[in-house]
Amino acid sequence: MQALTNRSKVVSKKEMTFMERMYLPAIFGGMMITLSHFFRRKPTIKYPEQKREYSGVFRGQHVLKRDEKGAERCTACGLCAVACPAEAITMTAAERKPGEENLYREEKYAAKYEINMLRCIFCGDCEEACPKEAIFLTDRQVDVYGKRKNFVYGKDILVESKENPIDLSKRQTPEVKEFKKQQEFAHNQTFDKRIKK
Amino acid sequence: MVFSTYIIYKAILVLAVFAITLLVATYSTYAERKIAAFLQDRIGPDRAGPFGILQPLADAVKMFMKEEMIPSLSNKWLFILGPSLAMLTACLTGVVIPWGTSLFIGGQEFSLQITDLNIGVLYLFSVVSMGVYGIMIGGWASNNKYSLLGGIRASSQMISYEVAMGLSIIALIMVTGTLSMKEIAAQQHGWHWNVLVQPLGCLIFIICAFAETNRAPFDLPECETELVGGYHTEYSSMKLGFFLFAEYINMFISSAVISTFYFGGYNMPFIGRWIHDPNMLAVLGVVFLFVKISFFIFLFMWVRWTLPRFRYDQLMNLGWKVLIPLSILNIVITGAVSMREEIMMFFSK
Repeated sequence: MQALTNRSKVVSKKEMTFMERMYLPAIFGGMMITLSHFFRRKPTIKYPEQKREYSGVFRGQHVLKRDEKGAERCTACGLCAVACPAEAITMTAAERKPGEENLYREEKYAAKYEINMLRCIFCGDCEEACPKEAIFLTDRQVDVYGKRKNFVYGKDILVESKENPIDLSKRQTPEVKEFKKQQEFAHNQTFDKRIKK
Repeated sequence: MVFSTYIIYKAILVLAVFAITLLVATYSTYAERKIAAFLQDRIGPDRAGPFGILQPLADAVKMFMKEEMIPSLSNKWLFILGPSLAMLTACLTGVVIPWGTSLFIGGQEFSLQITDLNIGVLYLFSVVSMGVYGIMIGGWASNNKYSLLGGIRASSQMISYEVAMGLSIIALIMVTGTLSMKEIAAQQHGWHWNVLVQPLGCLIFIICAFAETNRAPFDLPECETELVGGYHTEYSSMKLGFFLFAEYINMFISSAVISTFYFGGYNMPFIGRWIHDPNMLAVLGVVFLFVKISFFIFLFMWVRWTLPRFRYDQLMNLGWKVLIPLSILNIVITGAVSMREEIMMFFSK
């Protein structure tokens, strides 16, 4: 019969020599192996203090972006909720009142916007579906809580603050932005840019 | 020495030895976890205090806070007696071990050994053989099959290995000519360590010490893969803690005994050339002894995390068919070597 691989070994059941039957050399050898591990560098990462470096394309907690003037970009179109395979996103739309132009970018906005972080699978489909460049996944990790209800993130957590905008340059590299300029991704560009074309 | 001074000094020494024994045993648990972790490429407990140095404290608090359970069908008195006896016999052995030479303060000699029994070795063995009763009683009183099996295993294992241990010590006594621990330690001054005279006896003694303390690869009494927890299956809270703690005390005492019998006790080669003050030498002797003890405790743990557990028949094979014949052979060789001139005379006639 032809062997499938060349890794097969013929098992021999030979009598052990006296040295082998003493076991002590083998025991000593084994102890040397464990001792060599004693001085080896430990791969442990002490999590809360040390954090592993994430890859540039890591998809973590979402952010709802504001535009250059600090108005919320989201128009509560619901495309992200439709795109979401885990059905983690819900929202309620509302109409912008006169005088709220600096708060909301367009006439319609999300009065309530919730992502259930226990349902979310961090696939990034919401980000891809968004026509207003409003929602993005960031390199932040979702916190740990003791109660399920705490995992439902509302606008208070999701919307970025005006003072400290969330940096997206790690995932939204120039190459990605260039790629998104293609015609089939036109829906992914901001409203103003499309008008200019 | 005035009698009252003597009493006070001995009381202090007893307390000190007791406290140090407990302290070392406490930190052995920490060392065990750390060494286990390091040998397995982990870092072990490091949350309680810097490097997890307060971990034993946290463990003790946990042990005390746990619910104390006594099975309703168990024999209550024996159930409590088991761990108490294990702890008691473990603490008794430290009495005859010479922790160092003598201190000379104000022209008076203060020996660093609690009591120098002229039959110290026999005392040691009698107390060690009592140690099995704690485990046996605990295992039997639990009224649980697993506990009972653990207790049976413990008793048969300890009795079997005590024979080989005693025989290996007989060869040592033939060389030293004394049963006093102090004499045995004092004879090994400089580099005259008994391990150089009795290498085979030393090896047998160390193997038997592993078996007597129920440490891996001889941890069949508590073998968790077969017997749940062995003799302490039914124990909880600090009664379980006492059983585990007794094991660590036994380990410490065994290391001290191995160091004293075979590795020169408090002696360090060539130290007498540089240091002549007897008090300084005594203090350094204690330090050396503890260095040796630490090494043997490390050895205990190192072996535990290297070797797999024996099968029960292999254990009995090793004890009765290998170690006992070997130790008898060792006695014969030792006798022949020490009587070599008479034997030569006999054959040359």
